[in-house]
Amino acid sequence: MLPEVTFQFHHTDEEFKRRIRKTTILLSVITLIELGIGLTIYTIHKGEHPNGTLVMMFKGMVCILTLAKAYYIVSVFMHLGDEIRNMIMTIVVPLMLFIWFIIAFIYDGNSYKNLRNKFDKSYYERTGIKKENKSTEHEAHPGGKD
Amino acid sequence: MTTTAVSQHQTKWWSGGKSPFNLEYGKLMMWYFLMSDSFTFGAFLISYGTVRFSSNAWPDPNHVFNAFPGAGHSNLPLAFVSLMTFILILSSVTMVLGVHAGHNADKKGVMKWLIWTILGGLAFLSCQAWEWTHLYHEGAWWGRNPFPAANGTVASTNFTNFFFTITGFHGFHVFSGVIINVIMLIMTYKGVFERKGHYLMIEKAGLYWHFVDLVWVFVFLCFYLI
Repeated sequence: MLPEVTFQFHHTDEEFKRRIRKTTILLSVITLIELGIGLTIYTIHKGEHPNGTLVMMFKGMVCILTLAKAYYIVSVFMHLGDEIRNMIMTIVVPLMLFIWFIIAFIYDGNSYKNLRNKFDKSYYERTGIKKENKSTEHEAHPGGKD
Repeated sequence: MTTTAVSQHQTKWWSGGKSPFNLEYGKLMMWYFLMSDSFTFGAFLISYGTVRFSSNAWPDPNHVFNAFPGAGHSNLPLAFVSLMTFILILSSVTMVLGVHAGHNADKKGVMKWLIWTILGGLAFLSCQAWEWTHLYHEGAWWGRNPFPAANGTVASTNFTNFFFTITGFHGFHVFSGVIINVIMLIMTYKGVFERKGHYLMIEKAGLYWHFVDLVWVFVFLCFYLI
């Protein structure tokens, strides 16, 4: 039986090696940047008055960098970028559900927190107010945001 | 003659005799499996996000994950998990090289890179086993959470439940990926793909392995970085 495949990657060995090396370096560099940001967040939290907006900004940046990493893994390592456009679309279009999925559920979680804090005061007092902690190990930052 | 005339009017890709997506059936189905699996992981991570957003405070990952094997009680946030991340990225690279060796029908190359990939997978699993053991000895497990929330209040067990469930589910994927790669190694060694004339099976195993790496990128983001 003949294999039904007519598939050929149009990459020479040279070109392939260059591409893989480039992607490996890119992924490593992005991971290092992410680590740098992670340590920055850690330092901000350790400080006297952690800046909530700044922390949120840095967290947003790591999210974007992670999406970039995902793009490179899928497109180069998994060769999705080399496939036929129609095939790519059958994968990517269903994944768009995630846009709704993430926004709807996170929004719902946040709304549940706000309602609970509003109507269940004892819950708010137990969990929502910063507790003074003697140990500097667990130095706190203003709660309620994350 | 009439049949050829008719087939010339048909579209290029869907007229039969050729895979419409220029992909082998098994490989296409692997893609669809991975897409559905991404929804499984997505649902896990999104439920984690939802619960975290519905909580007033959450433990700070930098205070929970700060140990390194052999480093005693020194405070090293993010160090060990970055090692795990790099191990998985490198094992993904060796898998790409193995798949490429398969394109060139280079049996020795396929075996060499598969062995490296398996070693990377085993190294990752060992790291995870160490981390789980360490956390267990600190009192963390399903239903038990010794870590206070970042604002100093007592945190619920949601943190540990989600952590062990999601990293455990990912670790199970890594484990099955290692098993699949070992089977591929044995089949390559026995010359199964040589007789078939193509190494497409390595490509399918490779897709699965890259997916495991892809999921870790997101687990790393959700549990350790933010």
